[in-house]
Amino acid sequence: MELSITAYIIVAVVLFAIGTIGVLISRNIIMLFMSVELMLNAANLVLIAFSLKLNIMDGHAFVFLILTVAAAEAAVGLGMVINLYRNRETINIDRFNLLKW
Amino acid sequence: MNLDFAIFIVSALLAVSGAALMITLKNPVLAVMSMIVSLVAQAVLYIQLGALFIGAVLIIVYSGAIMVLFLFVIMLLNLRGAEDLGKQSSPVKLSLKFLFGLILFVELVFIIKTGFMHGNVEVGVLAESVNNFGSVAEVAKLLFTKYLYPFELTSILLLAAIVGAVVMSKRDDAETDTISDNNEVQS
Repeated sequence: MELSITAYIIVAVVLFAIGTIGVLISRNIIMLFMSVELMLNAANLVLIAFSLKLNIMDGHAFVFLILTVAAAEAAVGLGMVINLYRNRETINIDRFNLLKW
Repeated sequence: MNLDFAIFIVSALLAVSGAALMITLKNPVLAVMSMIVSLVAQAVLYIQLGALFIGAVLIIVYSGAIMVLFLFVIMLLNLRGAEDLGKQSSPVKLSLKFLFGLILFVELVFIIKTGFMHGNVEVGVLAESVNNFGSVAEVAKLLFTKYLYPFELTSILLLAAIVGAVVMSKRDDAETDTISDNNEVQS
């Protein structure tokens, strides 16, 4: 069996779907964050695969920038989680329904 | 069945099963550990696709720094598992959520199958690397010429993230401290 780009894209799609399910079913804010990171990684895998396929390396630069954004997002998001936990004594997402109609 | 194919199968299975474990495990620490397994396997996939530098960065930044940050927060908040959370949503809702993820997966596979996947490229660690594809020097050449502005802007982004994280997670009793200090001075 021949190894092709399509196989890697399929893996990325599976990871993205798992990340989506994780975002939907998690009741814990930290798990939700990690699922979002997983989806970001799946997108990165697609970028890397296509930059090999098209033989231009711009995808690598994009992935580098996405990694930086993900690191910044994780730092700020976890700071918010700590603040939320101090105020509400819980990290259950269903309890944060202040903005819900 | 060559070596590259075996490496691909093993690391793809590890990446997917680590991710699946991550969303199903109740214990947050174990979930972070399985996420690290998934990330290392994904780094192997990156390296197979010729992205040597990005694969190394993924291991260092993600499974090194970001996952440790997650672990740090989990241990700071002293989370144990399901007892910290409310009851699970009803089975109907849960199966609807899984169904939605499945629909998304099928859609994406359909898009891939129908579109633009013509021709073939040599993939894998055994494949010949063309013009140092994916090496540190080539990525740096791109980052410091074509993408110089975005690259410089990330430094501002990271500075904002540092300040934001500190401000966000700082306790509010700094103000009360200064007030009590003033009171002491006055009395």
